[in-house]
Formats: sequence, structure tokens, C-alpha cells
Amino acid sequence: MSEKTQWNGHLEKIDDYRWRIPKSYKTGMRVDGVIYASEEMVKAIRSDKAAEQVANVAFLPGIVKYSLAMPDIHWGYGFCIGGVAATDIDTGGVISPGGVGFDINCGVRLVKTNLKEEDVRPKLKDLVYGLYNNVPAGVGSKGDIKISPQEERKLLVEGAAWVVKKGYGRQEDLDYTEERGAIKGADPDAVSDRAYERGKNQSGTLGSGNHFMEVQVIDEVYDKEAAAVFGLAAGAVTLMIHSGSRGLGYQVCDDYARGMIATLSKFGINVPDRQLACAPVNSEEGKRYLGAMRCAANYAWANRQCLMHLARGVFEKVFGMGPKDLGMDLIYDVAHNIAKIEKHSEGGKERTLCVHRKGATRAFPPGHPDLPPRYKKTGQPVIIPGDMGRNSYLLAGTEKAKETFYSTCHGAGRLMSRSAAIKAGMGRSIKAELEKKGIVVMSTGRETLAEEMPEAYKDVNEVVNVVHNAGISRKVARMRPLGVIKG
Amino acid sequence: MWVWQVRVLRGSKFSNMRYELIPHTADIGIRAYGKDLRELFTNAAYGMFDIIADLDGLTPSVSQSIEVKAANREELLAAWLAELLYHFYTKQIIFFDFNIEKLDDTSLDAKASGRHVGENRNRLKTEIKAVTYHELKIEENRAELSATVIFDV
Repeated sequence: MSEKTQWNGHLEKIDDYRWRIPKSYKTGMRVDGVIYASEEMVKAIRSDKAAEQVANVAFLPGIVKYSLAMPDIHWGYGFCIGGVAATDIDTGGVISPGGVGFDINCGVRLVKTNLKEEDVRPKLKDLVYGLYNNVPAGVGSKGDIKISPQEERKLLVEGAAWVVKKGYGRQEDLDYTEERGAIKGADPDAVSDRAYERGKNQSGTLGSGNHFMEVQVIDEVYDKEAAAVFGLAAGAVTLMIHSGSRGLGYQVCDDYARGMIATLSKFGINVPDRQLACAPVNSEEGKRYLGAMRCAANYAWANRQCLMHLARGVFEKVFGMGPKDLGMDLIYDVAHNIAKIEKHSEGGKERTLCVHRKGATRAFPPGHPDLPPRYKKTGQPVIIPGDMGRNSYLLAGTEKAKETFYSTCHGAGRLMSRSAAIKAGMGRSIKAELEKKGIVVMSTGRETLAEEMPEAYKDVNEVVNVVHNAGISRKVARMRPLGVIKG
Repeated sequence: MWVWQVRVLRGSKFSNMRYELIPHTADIGIRAYGKDLRELFTNAAYGMFDIIADLDGLTPSVSQSIEVKAANREELLAAWLAELLYHFYTKQIIFFDFNIEKLDDTSLDAKASGRHVGENRNRLKTEIKAVTYHELKIEENRAELSATVIFDV
């Protein structure tokens, strides 16, 4: 039996980097869809059902302006990956668990070091093995951090601050974490017993699949001044951590997605995909999901904080250096699967919007009040992980991103399905191929390396060029991988 | 589009497959087959755990009772798979043997058997985060049923 995934719908070119799906494409769309992409990318975008999902998201009640997709767009469930949608909460706008995803607050943090590539190269294997041995990873892995049920409720409210209080990191780490590592309004009573159960042993674990910890070196700087503000220069070694809310977040999404399918008719909502089930933000159902989602988001920030702490310990041991000499300061931590209640001005009027970012990153402009004082001039650091063989990027937010509700891309975006990647990897050693390029890789999962091979992804350079050229964020620095651990 | 036939096992008259993988860019989709709803649900569950772990040669040593209810048979299928996934993560059991005792369009009682992850940790392959409702469907084709399910991985 063959599968047809080609999308042949109508796409209008707006300019070199924007494409419109007019709302006339499908009855029920409330606004147009807009996809950020280059002409060359459009062919790949048409090869799966992601564009149809952009059109489906336009059905959401209360959606404002357009259903957006970033250039790392690919086929997801409900929303496409790379999807951004804002709903007006004062006029019945909805929140959709499918617009956040199962891995609530999946995100990335970037840590600077005072090390150079030549310092790391001779000890690279020790470093990667040290990270691999000290950071729990893999399917259903358990962490060393044991906490009581009562303490877990506190963790869900206080997020990264709670683990810092327990000795996992420094107070100033919080200044450089989105929402200071704890979004307000978390409601531990809205989290099911099952979600608690799935989360209790997983604090401080990396997870599996595309989650990773990567040692990198800055190989190109586009904006020296901004890079200096972030504490970076060409040749400097950085550490990137990509993880999320683990089983707790997956269960929260599962509980509420199921619940909201059942209440669609009660609210008279019609969506073309059950995974887009939603409820008005201001309804009881909407508020409870938001409270639970924020708990999962805080859990994820606590988790990445623990992971960074574990990694700092490994660096100190491998290089025999103290924290001060190593200079492992957190540059920033961003969420890329989340819904946020934000104020945005439209036509001189301030509106309170629920901004869903499903595989998209918040990118606040220079001067935004939520940025730490040090980043007021540069704009928000935006961290874009690429695949394990090519590059990753550090970008900064811009004023022009107002048109995307201050959102930009989140990564390279998959090109190949996982099973196609495994097939393409048969008889090859991805590990040896990467080692030839000087990249040391360790992975727990038997098929993870094949699934995650560089060619399974779009070239992150092309994705970043689109958001840079479209002006919705700007390039500051580019990194290339030295060592990677995968779940 | 290619289709990757995963394994050939006993099956219904019209298909020699319990399930096959279907293309999806970011996640993993399966199409499970069965001569009736019971076999369909069994094969979908087997397919999910075949993605999670290498099941070859395993014999069951532990069991878990499962009871689920839902509004219709498609949502019941998603609930059944989600329930098994929950027990996999919290009780650390890899399930591969399913005895569905009672099944209609809105409720299911079953006994799922398998092995503890413990000494089988090296058999784990892929983390399935969740069962999605995206493109979830059960179809009837002549005397055979098929179910499409996409997992978030």
C-alpha cells in the first residue's frame, strides 16, 4: 500500500521569503496561512502534509492575523512543527494542547566557556565519555535526583529556582533563563497523579530521540558587538543542551488533549484534526490546561538546569579547573514548545494573546521589558540547534519580528522520516563518519544515531538564512559540533 | 512513496502483516491490520512495542490488567495504546502478548503480558512519547480492518 503525502494546495508568493495559503483554500479557515521559506524550500515543504496543517490551524477560534509557519516547517501532529498561532483571549480565543505538543517546554540552553578548541581537542574523548557517563539518557532513563511528592509540587511552581536552591547551579543562571525558569500561574492541582508518577524519577535526565548535549566551537561571528555582550568570540567553546519536560509533560498533554476532544461540542468548536482539540483560554478547561502546562514548563526548566549543573561538574573534573576559570555562564535558555499569554499591540490597541509556539522560538526585540538588563541593547538571544554534523546558531531578536508575534525558527527541521533515515543508514557507521569529521559521538539508543544522521535534517544554514533575510531575527554567531551525546 | 514492510507473521486472510510502518517526517506512523477489532487492537499494540524494543525471542513473565473506555472505537484504540505506554513507563514492562477479554466500540478489558525492562534495557530502541490523534482512523476493507496511528517520538 503506498502513501501519498504530496501537498498540491494553492501557495501565493508574497515576497522572497513569505508564501500565503489564502483562507479561501479551505472552508473554515478564519485567517490566511503564511509560511516563511525560500523558493528552493517550497518543494520540500510540499512533499509532506505540513502546509495542510498550517491551513488546519487557521480554523482555531479567536486566531489573530494568520496561521504562521517558520522555515523549519515539517509535518507534525495537529500543528505543523515550526507553527505559530496567536489567539485573542478576550474574544473567545482558544488554547490547544496540540499547539504546544507532548514535550511541553522542549527547549535549548547555551552555555559559554573560557576554553578554546585547542584546549578541548586533546581531552575531547574524555569529555564526551564523562558527559555520557554522568548524564542519564535514553528511553525512560531515571535521574539521581530523588524528591518527595510534596517537593515535586514545589518544583512545578518554582521551576529552575527550586533546583538552584537545592544546589544545582547558581542564582544568576535564573537571570538568563526565559521566564527566569518559572512561569507564573502554574497549578500543581491541575497535574494528574499519572503525570506526577511519570515525572518523579526523571528530573535531571536528557531523554531520547533528538535530545542531546553538544560541545561546540564558535566558527563564525556575524555581529562581534552582540557576541561580546553574550560573552562569546570566534574560537570559543560552548555547550548546548536540548531537552524537555520528559514523561510529566507527555502525560499532561495526553490528559488534556483527550479531555478537550470530549468538550469540543460543548464549546461548539469545529476543527479538522482531533489533535487540534482546544478550549477557550478563559474557560475552566482552558485555565486548567494552562495551569498544568506551566507546571510541565517549569519542570523542563528545572530539568535543563540540572543537566547544565551535571555538565559543569564533568568539565571541572576533565579539565581540572574551578568554576571561575572555566567561566561556564549560561548565555540563555529558550522554550520552543509552549503557549504564552503575552501582550501585543495591533493597530494601536493592546491585545492579550495566547501565543502558541510549536517548534518555534520566542524572539523579543531590543528594549523589551522581559529581557535581562545586559541584553536590552542586543535583543533576546535565540538558540537554534542544527544537526550533529553541521552547524548550530545563536541569533538575536529584532523589532521586525512583530509580524510573527516575536517568534522565529527553532532548529533545522526534519527532512527524512526516522524509518527512512534508518534505512539510509544501513551498513554505515554514522559514528565513524562523524569521527572522520572530528566529531565524537556517544549514544544510548541503538538506532538513535541513524535516525538523527545529518542528512535526515534540512541544512540549518538555509533555515537561518531565511529568518535572517526576512528580518525576523538576525545572525550573531555560528557554532560547529566537537562532541555530542544523544539519548 | 516507499513502504517498509517490517515483519511477516501469522495474520489474517487478506494480509500477511500484523502492521507496517507508514511515512511520517518527524514521528512514526503505523498501519495495523486485523480480521476483527480484537486482532486489530492486538496488532496495533504489538506494533507500538516493536518500535520501542527488540521483541525477538522474549517470553512473558509479568502481566497487567488494562481497562479503558472512550467515546468511539478510534479513541478507544488511542486510549488502549496510551494506557499500555503509561504502564511501560511507570511499571517498566515491555509488553508483547495481549489477551483482550472484552471489547466493544467504547470499552476494553485486557491482560497485557511482557518482561520487565531490567535486564532487557539493551533491547530498547525508540522512545515513544505519546499516541497522537492526528490521522487516527480505523477502516474496513472487505473482511479486513486496518488502523492508522501516529506516535510522537
